[in-house]
Amino acid sequence: MLTRQVSVFMENQPGRLLRLLTVLAEANVNLWAHNIVDATDFGIIHLIVDDPGKAERVVRMAGITCSTVDVLQVTVPNEPGGLMQGVLLPLAEAGVNIEYSYAFSGAKQEQAYVVLKVDDVARGWEVLGQS
Amino acid sequence: MIWNRERETASRADLGGLQCERLRHQVAYVYQRVPFYRQALDGAGVQPEQIRSLDDVRRLPFTYKRDFREHYPFGLLAIPRQEVVRVHGSSGTTGKPTVVAYSANDMAMWREVCARNMTAAGISADDTVQVSMGYGLFTGGLGRHQAAEQIGATIVPLSSGNTQRQIMLLQDFETTVICCTPSYAIYLAEKAGELGVDLRESRLRVGIHGAEPWSEGMRREIGARLGIDPIDTYGMSELVGPGVSGECTEHCGLHINEDHFLAEVIDPESEEVLPWGSSGELVITTLTKEALPVLRYRTGDITRLDPSPCACGRSLARMERISGRSDDMLIVRGVNVFPSQVETVLLRVKGIQPHYQIIVDRAKGAMDDLEVWVEVSPELFSDDIGGLTGLRREVEYEMRETLGIQVRCKLVEPNSIERCVGKAKRVIDRRDVYS
Repeated sequence: MLTRQVSVFMENQPGRLLRLLTVLAEANVNLWAHNIVDATDFGIIHLIVDDPGKAERVVRMAGITCSTVDVLQVTVPNEPGGLMQGVLLPLAEAGVNIEYSYAFSGAKQEQAYVVLKVDDVARGWEVLGQS
Repeated sequence: MIWNRERETASRADLGGLQCERLRHQVAYVYQRVPFYRQALDGAGVQPEQIRSLDDVRRLPFTYKRDFREHYPFGLLAIPRQEVVRVHGSSGTTGKPTVVAYSANDMAMWREVCARNMTAAGISADDTVQVSMGYGLFTGGLGRHQAAEQIGATIVPLSSGNTQRQIMLLQDFETTVICCTPSYAIYLAEKAGELGVDLRESRLRVGIHGAEPWSEGMRREIGARLGIDPIDTYGMSELVGPGVSGECTEHCGLHINEDHFLAEVIDPESEEVLPWGSSGELVITTLTKEALPVLRYRTGDITRLDPSPCACGRSLARMERISGRSDDMLIVRGVNVFPSQVETVLLRVKGIQPHYQIIVDRAKGAMDDLEVWVEVSPELFSDDIGGLTGLRREVEYEMRETLGIQVRCKLVEPNSIERCVGKAKRVIDRRDVYS
C-alpha cells in the first residue's frame, strides 16, 4: 500500500531522537518503524506511524523541520527470497529505482513489512499490484 | 640598516612640508582626472586650491571600499589603460574582486616601501627569503617578492600551500626569512613537528607577517616555535598592498611610510579627526599614486599613532598593532570576509534567506577555520540525505567561489542559532586575535 512517511531533520547529537519520540509519544502517535540515515554531523529520520498527518503537525509545532512523502509499504513472506520475487524483481523489470528502504516485522511472525522510497511511486505501486 | 635614510629619518618638519606639497598635488591630480573625485569634492564644496596645509586634509571627503565596488573594474583610474602595468585585487561581495591598478611609477613606489619594511626587519641581500604568501591577484605574495628582489635577497617564490614541500625546501635552501600569514607560521611549526622537524634548528631567523590580525601572544608563540623574530607589517590592496607600514626590530609599532601615505585617526562614529595617540579608525590618503590615488580611505582598522622618534633612528610615525575593526569585516587566512557576502551566497543558493551564523576559529596549530552554520528550514529540507549533502556541497562551493577561501557548511536545526533581541548574532570569532 501507499503510506505517508514523515521525514525529520536532526543534528547528530545525543538526545535528539529521544526529543523527537517524546513529542510523538505525548501526542499519542504510535511509531511502527523508523530508520536513520546520517551524514556525519546531521541525519534524517524516517518514520512510519499510525497517524502521519498528526505526527507531522506535532513535530512542526515543536519547531522541528520535517516533511512527508509517499512511500510504498509492502508485505512480504518472512522467508528466504521473500523480498526478491514479489518486490525487487517487478520493480527492477519496470525500471523503478529504489532510493532507500527499510524493513520491520509485524505481529505475525510469518510476515515482514518493507518500506520502499522509489523514484516513481505511482509506477511502483502499479507494478506491485498492491492496494 | 635603513633603506632610505633621507626619507625615513627626515625631521617631522621636513616630512610635513613634503607631505603637504604632495597632498596638494594629489588632490589637484584626482580632481582633474577622476570623475568620481571631482564629483565628491564638488559635493563637499572643496576645490583643490583650498587645500593649503596638511590640516586641510580633513576637508576632503572619505573613500570607502564600496566605492571600489561601484566603479568596478576601472572607474577610479586616473591614467589611461595603456599606462597601467599591473592590476591586483582582493575578494569582493559578489565574487568580483576589488580591483586596484599600478602605473610604472606606482610599482617603483611599491617596491621602495616594501624594501624599507624588509630592511627595517633586519633583512638584507645576505638573506634567503621564502615567500609563502599567495601569488596572484592577492598583493601579499608578489608584494613581498618584489621587495626581496629590491633589496637583493635570494627569493624562493613558493606561494601558499604544499606545506610539506615548504618545510623541505626551507631546510635544503638554508632559508633565513619566511613571509607568511601569522596563522600559517603556526601551522608550519605544527606540520614540521609532525614530520619530526624542529624549525628552531633551521636557519630561519625572521618572519615577515601580515594580511591578518594577530595578537602579541601569537607573536611570542611564533617566535618560540620557529626560533625567529616575527615582524608585523600592514597594508591593503586598495592603498598599494603590503608596504603601508611595518615594524622595525624594536617591536614598538609599525612605521608608516608617511611620505607616500598620509595617516589620520578618526572617531568612526563622529568622523572627527583625533589627536595623536588616540585610538580610532585609521584613514589613509595616498600621496604619490598615479594609477589609482585614494583620498581619505576608511581602512576600518582600529589603531593609534605615535610620532615620537624611535630607537631605531626612524622618524616615521608608528601605528600600534591593529586592535580591532570599526565594521563587521573578518580577516580569515588573509582574505577579507564580510557577513553580507555570506548572506548573498546563501540567498543565491536556494533563493531564500536562511538563518545563519559564521564561526571563525583558530584551533591550536591550525589555520583559521571559517564555518557557516545554516538552519535547515522546511524550505531547505529534503527527505533524502543526498539532497541535504548536495545543499551543503553547493553552499561550500559557492562560498569558495565568492570568498576565495575554503568554508565549511554545517546544517543545523531550526532555532539552534542564538537570537539576540532584534538581530541575530551573525559572527562568532573565537580566535581572540585582537588581544
